[in-house]
Amino acid sequence: MYRYSLGERRWQFATLAELMAKATPARSGDRLAGVIAHTAEERVVAQMALADLPLKTFLNEALIPYEQDEVTRLILDDHDPGAFEPVAHLTVGDFRNWLLSDLATPEMLASVRAGITPEMAAAVSKIMRNQDLILVAAKCRVQTAFRSTIGLPGRMSTRLQPNHPTDDITGIAASILDGLLYGSGDAVIGINPATDNVAQSVRLLRLMDEVIRKYEIPTQSCVLTHVTNTLEAIEQKAPVDLVFQSIGGTEATNRSFGFDLATLAEARDAALSLNRGTVGQNVMYFETGQGSSLSADAHHGVDQQTCEARAYAVARKFEPLLVNTVVGFIGPEYLFDGKEITRAGLEDHFCGKLLGLPMGCDICYTNHAEADQNDMDNLLTLLGVAGCHFIMGIPGSDDIMLNYQTTSFHDALYLRRVLDKRPAPEFEQWLTRMQIFRDTEGKVPADALPDAFRESLARLPEGQNNA
Amino acid sequence: MPERKPVVTENPWRPLSAWTDARIGLGRAGISLPTREMLAFQLAHAQARDAVHLPLDTDRLMAGLEELTGSRKTLLRHDPVHLQSQACDRITYLQRPDLGRRLSSQSSEELDRRGHTGASPADLALVIADGLSSYGVQQNAIAFLEALLTDIEADDQSWELAPLVVVSQGRVAIGDDVGHRLNARCVVVLIGERPGLSSPDSLGLYLTWQPGPGLTDASRNCISNIRLAGLSWGEASRRLMYLLREARRQKVSGVPLKDRSEETVIEQGIGNFLLR
Repeated sequence: MYRYSLGERRWQFATLAELMAKATPARSGDRLAGVIAHTAEERVVAQMALADLPLKTFLNEALIPYEQDEVTRLILDDHDPGAFEPVAHLTVGDFRNWLLSDLATPEMLASVRAGITPEMAAAVSKIMRNQDLILVAAKCRVQTAFRSTIGLPGRMSTRLQPNHPTDDITGIAASILDGLLYGSGDAVIGINPATDNVAQSVRLLRLMDEVIRKYEIPTQSCVLTHVTNTLEAIEQKAPVDLVFQSIGGTEATNRSFGFDLATLAEARDAALSLNRGTVGQNVMYFETGQGSSLSADAHHGVDQQTCEARAYAVARKFEPLLVNTVVGFIGPEYLFDGKEITRAGLEDHFCGKLLGLPMGCDICYTNHAEADQNDMDNLLTLLGVAGCHFIMGIPGSDDIMLNYQTTSFHDALYLRRVLDKRPAPEFEQWLTRMQIFRDTEGKVPADALPDAFRESLARLPEGQNNA
Repeated sequence: MPERKPVVTENPWRPLSAWTDARIGLGRAGISLPTREMLAFQLAHAQARDAVHLPLDTDRLMAGLEELTGSRKTLLRHDPVHLQSQACDRITYLQRPDLGRRLSSQSSEELDRRGHTGASPADLALVIADGLSSYGVQQNAIAFLEALLTDIEADDQSWELAPLVVVSQGRVAIGDDVGHRLNARCVVVLIGERPGLSSPDSLGLYLTWQPGPGLTDASRNCISNIRLAGLSWGEASRRLMYLLREARRQKVSGVPLKDRSEETVIEQGIGNFLLR
């Protein structure tokens, strides 16, 4: 039982999970789950009670029982008491002060990482304002690499997402070309397949591998299919760069996705054995998003933001190249409007970075959410300031396969200009060498079609190449 | 006159858009979207928003269904019924999917009053729900039903149909509730799909064998993207008839019932031109 007194009034929170849930800034998913604070005042009281809680509490009291959940076991078994030592004496409230203080340098933040659990990160995020989330995330340095280096200071990468509703090869190739010529794709060229099976995945992997090899693009490809499909593709000798999987923060969520931690370990080993990276060997690509545990009825009464942070424990076990929180895809029953989507995007980015993950964000919305392009512009700019590693890039923001809107190739160029951000260094050099960009910093696209692509386009069927 | 440099840089690969609906080759003003493309996007989003928020014109739909019932008296022997889910308005509907899956108490009483609750078993109940696109229902439901009822009449086995039902503020699983009350062996829900930017008017079909409480999506088969620019009404009906006959024969739906009626996809374009 957690108690808090405010003047004459006494407040009670039956469990740590209830305290965490009620301290969470309002969002529709927690309302749907029935764990939300009943009043605005109860929320702030819960935040005050949470601020008084020693960080150590989270090592002694599991939100989801150790015996029942392998994610809890992973979190507690992998906890590093040595790394935790500099912050071990703090309460959640003091931890916020410490994170914001000049004691928490990038080096210090990196050194305490292994001592911080997802629940500690989630708890402190609940008592941080948006600017706090941005400031601390901007101090967290994480760097990963495969054929390009992601996360260097002053850099911002993009996933080129050339999805097509029937996986049509011409349609996909057209979107890849469009993206490359707008300087997109240094984080990954990643396709969500419309038909999700092994044969289709292999076909799409070959398509992207051939393009990457022909044009010598310093990037990696990924088909966002189930981890077991990618394992089979590797057995079939398909050119797999990255293994994809959607992950959640509870064992039951992951079971509903059809995998467990052992599956991920097996897939990572298989991808590593291919040895396809040139500047690094981070071979995993994970996607997450608040609400997935509730959606799978696997949340154990834990609020959706804490469940999300627990997914980052799963991610960090497997040293991913990229972790992408798909913030607005799940719909308004979990994140209702632009305000809730914005808050969730900043929370996820902060928690992931604090735990040492290469965080990117699919800054997105569906047409039944109370959100629009202006909300996306805002979150894009905020995440750029926070040092987000990568965002999506899709032609004109319109994903014609998944039927939602995410950031466009143009959006990435906007962010690079206003915040003076550059692509990954290997990719930036390629853009200049290929005459795709006029400058050397990936900011000014060339007016003319680059020579290397002129030939491909010149051979299009008659009457189609000079409209 | 001195020649001025154009403000908007056009993309020479724009003609590739002949092979995809993706918004490629949009050009740029500086590095930003040109006005024309920016407004085209805003229009598409506005249409998708309207599809979600404009209420289904149930008077018009019910009149259409009454006409349909009148012209096929041997197949449709009951008047169509208009019901409500427990989601009282759109804002509630969007935030509480659980309420959109259950009939309101007035609506279940209405079924009782009309003597439909637990009536003699029907082979099939057809339920139309607004879902997330009133456009999708308004533009496709009646025309699709025309095609389907014609196919059902032509089938070599007879089909006993429950009354046609319209549900306002309904989710897919409302069909389980309605089908169960109507004592139907199988339910098909026609529902407005979540609108995409370039497809605000899409209808989806969900088939469930032995509808009842507690079923999940694993028990359903889905046919999606029924609209003028997508899957035609006739083709959708042909595929649904395949599933209906197989569900009835195997007494099952969902994951164990595979849709093998789908034709193989023929590659439409010019392959991977980037490798030429």
